[in-house]
Amino acid sequence: MMHFRGQIRMALLEIRDLHVGVEDREIIRGLHLSVHAGEVHAIMGPNGSGKSTLSHVIAGKPGYEVTDGQILFKGEDLLEMEPDERAAKGVFLAFQYPVEIPGVTTMNFLRAALNARRKARNQQEFSTPAFLKRVREVAGSLNIPQDMIKRGVNVGFSGGEKKRNEILQMALFEPGLCILDEIDSGLDIDALRIVASGINALRSPERAMIVITHYRRLLEHIVPDIVHVMSKGRVMKSGGKELALELEACGYAQFEDAA
Amino acid sequence: MKQVLVKADAERPMGNVFAAARGRLPGAGPVPQIRERAFENYERTGLPHRRMEDWKYTDLRALIGEVLPLAPRPDAEALVRAKVSVKQVAADQAVKLVLVDGIFAPELSDLSDLENEVVVRSLREVLENSATGAMAGLVLSTTSDPAISLNAAMATDGLVITVADGNALERPIQIVHVATGLSVSTFTRCYLQLGKGAHAAIVESFVPAERASGYQANDAIIALVGDEASLSYIRVAAAASDAVNISSAIIAVGARAKLDLFSMTCSGSISRYQEFITLAGEGTKLSANGVNLIRDRLHADTTIVVDHAMPHCTSREKFRAVVDDCGRSVFQGRIIVRPAARNTDATLTTRALLLSDQGEVDNKPELEILADDVTCGHGATSGALDDTLVFYLRARGLPEKDAQMLLIKAFIGESIEEITSENLRDFVTAQAEHWLQAGR
Repeated sequence: MMHFRGQIRMALLEIRDLHVGVEDREIIRGLHLSVHAGEVHAIMGPNGSGKSTLSHVIAGKPGYEVTDGQILFKGEDLLEMEPDERAAKGVFLAFQYPVEIPGVTTMNFLRAALNARRKARNQQEFSTPAFLKRVREVAGSLNIPQDMIKRGVNVGFSGGEKKRNEILQMALFEPGLCILDEIDSGLDIDALRIVASGINALRSPERAMIVITHYRRLLEHIVPDIVHVMSKGRVMKSGGKELALELEACGYAQFEDAA
Repeated sequence: MKQVLVKADAERPMGNVFAAARGRLPGAGPVPQIRERAFENYERTGLPHRRMEDWKYTDLRALIGEVLPLAPRPDAEALVRAKVSVKQVAADQAVKLVLVDGIFAPELSDLSDLENEVVVRSLREVLENSATGAMAGLVLSTTSDPAISLNAAMATDGLVITVADGNALERPIQIVHVATGLSVSTFTRCYLQLGKGAHAAIVESFVPAERASGYQANDAIIALVGDEASLSYIRVAAAASDAVNISSAIIAVGARAKLDLFSMTCSGSISRYQEFITLAGEGTKLSANGVNLIRDRLHADTTIVVDHAMPHCTSREKFRAVVDDCGRSVFQGRIIVRPAARNTDATLTTRALLLSDQGEVDNKPELEILADDVTCGHGATSGALDDTLVFYLRARGLPEKDAQMLLIKAFIGESIEEITSENLRDFVTAQAEHWLQAGR
């Protein structure tokens, strides 16, 4: 382990002048972002500002063309890695719309994913009893019923259940960077509380989070260290948690004008 | 003019094949005559071709051209190779009955493990015993299908399995067909009779021995399932990559019976599996499912005809195909509901997964409804793996190949999970995974 005492701390995630297009349309236009371990960043912004695109590009979703810029994770170039390599390195994206996978039980899926990551890191595969115990514990803490993890991944799950399933995975995989793409969409107040407390339980000095949302409501439950306002593919303004309040009062229009 | 020439070319060698084989075909009493008639039936069309509606996607005349000479009796060396192959496909807990190159091989079979509730004889034994003349007629019955007629004419051996009324077999019986030859043909025929209220599970496996190549296997199974009987019939077919497998199952079922059918074709240059099920009694429940797993330039055709002849029967069919490279999968599913078959409840779904741009899928679901007051439906889809699902799995750490594998397994699992016996389900799953691993 290297020590940076007395030096500038290296960012966990460093995005420099990122430009991303989809089918000739530029969606992210010169975005900079530094996220350090232990921090929770919120990214807010209107529809079409590029928030979800940013999360997809960090996770490696195909279909986007990075035309310029860099994304460094722990100093390594993420853009050179396959999505599964990024996951093994500790990047986790909680999907806005988690997919349904009929025929693959959540239990089998979790085991396959966990062991693939361990294999990629040259770690031993989890033994079954230890794995089952761990899944039961975490599922219990998220109010996820045991019969749900024996069913097909997200098949027939409510919106809230799907989001809880994302947090279950996040807790089991223990990623270094969690990106939560509109984790609050489709959740009622109670479900939001459960999901937020699950996320808060994972806050740690070694881990960073990027919380993407439209609404300040989520940020009352997951209090961010830094808030960014994104518009037209750029970070227009960054500030403390009070920036979210300001946005609520004045809306996004002021930033759109600036862009 | 050209077509006539092709027909003549295809048939001339076959006539020779039958004439040449005749002396080796078992059968006393009426059997030679029955064979003769069967061959005449066959000769009316010759090898099935694309102008026959049921064979339009699998034109054997164009694909195989001729029927190869009959395989010789397997020698000691062939039996040694066969033994290795039998081991590879042995189903857990099953009593194995082995046929090598179309000939029953008692030395490779578990005859001593057979339960008292079942009687097993070789087809050869039945056909050569003139006291069972009536039985011979039953066993060699033909339909208008040329592949089945040819099978009746040429069958060298097979198994005649009888489970008497009320008897239940605890262990599955696995019929293993091993091909060891080069450029030869084999013809096997099995006959299964399940008495009233009898229970049995039959697994039929086709497997090539090492060095087997270019052979043509033609198999038929005829099953009579009594009232209130229960039959599981699982068929897993593998063949050498340049070999042909033509198999037919003709199944007639009585009343209030339960049928659980599953077929998987996972290799062989050209395969055709055709299943004809007649629901001849009231209140019977049929589940007929299957999977084609195709890669390279292979061609696999599964054709299932369900004939609802009586009222209050239920049939469910789930077929799945996975096609890679330049493979071609054919599924034809016909449901006939006869005028008498009131309150029929029949559905069929067929789905294909295309893993390459060059693969081809032909899905032909057909409903022929002649009765009122029935519930029938069918659905057919084909498409590629869902990229969104693949990305989701990759974002969770699964390498692309593993993610695809998991999704393919889940896809064919939709059909495999219909097999009621857990033991047999695991057996089929293991064979499917073997196919998947081989393609990595």
